Amino acid sequence: MTTLTDPPEGTFRLSMLLNDTRYRSFTFQGIALILLIAAVLYLANNLMTNLRAAGLNISYEFLGSPAGYDINQTLIAYDSQASNMRAAWVGILNTLLVAVLACATATFFGVIAGVLRLSKNWLVSKLMAVYVEIFRNIPVLIWIIIIFTILTAVMPGARDYLGEDPKTELLFGMFAFTNRGVYVPAPIWNAGSGVVVAVFLLSIAGAFAYRRYAKSLLYATGKLLPTGWPTLLILIVPVVIAFFVMGQPIGLDTPDPLANRFNLRGGIQIGAPLIALWFALSIYTGAFIAENVRAGIQSVSKGQTEAAAALGLRSGRIMNLVILPQALRVIIPPLISNFLNITKNTSLAIAVGYADITATLGGITLNQTGRAIECVLLLMLFYLVISLSISALMNVYNNAMKLKER
Amino acid sequence: MSDKRADSVAFVRETFIPEQPAPSTATGAVKWLQDNLFPTWANGLLTIVSLYVIYLIVTATTPWLVNGLWNTESLAACREVLDGATGACFSVLTERWNQLLFGFKYPPDQYWRPTLAFVLMFVALAPVLFFDLPRKLLIVTGLFPFVSYWLIWGGTIFTPVVALLGFVAGYFVYARFVKGSFAAGFFGGVAAAIVVWLIGGGFIPEGANDTALLQAVPSRDLGGFMLNMMLGITCVSLSVPLGIALALGRQSNLPLIKGMCVVFIEFIRGVPLITLLFVANVMLAYFFPPGSGVDLFLRVVIMITMFSAAYIAEVIRGGLAALPKGQYEAADSLGLDYPQAMRLIILPQALKISIPGIVNIAVGLFKDTTLVSIISLFDIIGMIRGPILASTDWNGVYWELFMFASVLFFVVCYGISQYSQWLERRLATDHR
Repeated sequence: MTTLTDPPEGTFRLSMLLNDTRYRSFTFQGIALILLIAAVLYLANNLMTNLRAAGLNISYEFLGSPAGYDINQTLIAYDSQASNMRAAWVGILNTLLVAVLACATATFFGVIAGVLRLSKNWLVSKLMAVYVEIFRNIPVLIWIIIIFTILTAVMPGARDYLGEDPKTELLFGMFAFTNRGVYVPAPIWNAGSGVVVAVFLLSIAGAFAYRRYAKSLLYATGKLLPTGWPTLLILIVPVVIAFFVMGQPIGLDTPDPLANRFNLRGGIQIGAPLIALWFALSIYTGAFIAENVRAGIQSVSKGQTEAAAALGLRSGRIMNLVILPQALRVIIPPLISNFLNITKNTSLAIAVGYADITATLGGITLNQTGRAIECVLLLMLFYLVISLSISALMNVYNNAMKLKER
Repeated sequence: MSDKRADSVAFVRETFIPEQPAPSTATGAVKWLQDNLFPTWANGLLTIVSLYVIYLIVTATTPWLVNGLWNTESLAACREVLDGATGACFSVLTERWNQLLFGFKYPPDQYWRPTLAFVLMFVALAPVLFFDLPRKLLIVTGLFPFVSYWLIWGGTIFTPVVALLGFVAGYFVYARFVKGSFAAGFFGGVAAAIVVWLIGGGFIPEGANDTALLQAVPSRDLGGFMLNMMLGITCVSLSVPLGIALALGRQSNLPLIKGMCVVFIEFIRGVPLITLLFVANVMLAYFFPPGSGVDLFLRVVIMITMFSAAYIAEVIRGGLAALPKGQYEAADSLGLDYPQAMRLIILPQALKISIPGIVNIAVGLFKDTTLVSIISLFDIIGMIRGPILASTDWNGVYWELFMFASVLFFVVCYGISQYSQWLERRLATDHR
């Protein structure tokens, strides 16, 4: 065994950089690094030359100067004298608002459509297949514009709701669907409403505690407590009692047809652009989620259902205890990437004039200040932060849900 | 024991009862209805709700479609003829179909050129999509980009010819040297192509565009559905090789190259396409050498290509990861070097696995080409929202126009996804 010798040391030749696998990777990476640096320098040089020729510079001072434009839908206080930075914050909050709303409803639509598509009912499953195919194969931009057009062209004007003898009545005396958006009642928080809210939060905790107790009792003794109606009872009764004991502290500010001759006053106005964007993103992404849900349920082998049935479980319990936990492992990762898509697609708000971050920072601010590079970079940074945080959460979840194997 | 039974049983039938048809409730339409529409009362309720929904949709659309007018001057004329009845005003399509398909600046007497390019596209795509066709047809595919460029943009024929010659020269040099080493073949090919382009570019006479056979059409005059198709096809076909390179880079064990690819892919995937289009619109021009004047179409193609390349890279990475490790080891044990192993063993299998994913990306990308309307390119949505709805004649014709655009997109996207499913069945080599 002494015939094996180490390769002679100290005989490094230049040709080994190409021919010896020990050194070749350094050569390649060196070349790549040099090319990268050269490209960056070249682009930066072009940028500097072009900016100097145009008399521009890179500066973020415009973020502090007054924005000078109005935003019709804001979650935080804002007026045209507020800074561009404030306008960007309004945009960020609006983006997050529509993203969260759309994620929730898209999941709702998607789960229903996905489950119904697997229904044994021929008509229903075909109808859902048509829904999925139509919405998946037509661009979301077209859907946003179509729904926005329906809202603005078909809905009655706010004027129709006004006066003593309006053309259109408020729905339940509370909701008005106009071409400018939907008016819904706004809650008024009077003194003592904090107690009601606190009771409500406590009763949610109580409901969870009860379900937990029922489960542990079931596992310990096999005794099955009902969970459905007691949960509802725990949720509702204390809140109602607290509401009346405190003297009805929470009121509703409904849209008032008589307060003004030109427009509805009172309540919260949800603008047509927000509704169009929200609804379009929900049904469009819902079609994709429906396919994920279907794939997830189909991925659970039929033997699992049969085994559960053989144990004597009812069909609802088979779904809850056997199918769903396994299907969710398949459904959740693409579901989260669909949430990512929704968040990125909210940038299409600019097509219908909803003031999200793309429309404020990347639209009006960009055009008014001419700070194209700065605005676009900030815009990308925002989306990047959102996407990377959602991806990070997804990785954590995936690792938690991974099948524990040997 | 056996004869005991004959005593204890009172009656044993010794002939068959004549066969009877199944009861009417267990066959035919009744049985089908019961099984598929009304198995339980809840299910039956769903059926009735669905029927009601279908009824609503049909009653809402039928008069609109049936009463549709095709030959009026304007929306006002439509309303006059319809006189309050429900009906579509398809006249906008009869009058403006050319703008919807080709944009409003493309010279009308030249429409045959993009149309011919569109027909040629099917011939060029056929050998790529269907493997049974003779491989000779791939020559058409190779020539198609240059021919279609010449047809659509017009101008001097020297530009596409020189571009083609560069590729041909590059290919020959590559084929000559690739036996020795892939790097030599690849870089030699690239160098040869660049040399041919530089030399050939010098030979293109000044003002050749003015005397050309086909009238030159600048990029800003392209529009309509043609623009969507062009962007979709160009960007997908350019981004597949780029995506393969990125995927291999991300799988590589050279940390620097891997890092560059990861940063690029995650950055592109983390931002919406619209911000990349903003980059193309307002930012990218600053990064080109002063005075190069790269037009908006090309800048948009660059950004969309980078966008789809990042997504395709992730799909292909999935394909690479799905290959059993034994394949890599087998390639190593045969003594193949990295380029050979990739070209001969790994990529053919990984790409086959990735085809459905790539097709999905292609469909999504094709739909996303409508976003260029936001940076004021006049694609089909830009045409509808811009010149057509803004004209006095057709202000207010929403449904007809958006339905037309939707139908075009649906046909293309549904067609591609059906092809993808067919291909998946076709390529399935596992036995189930």
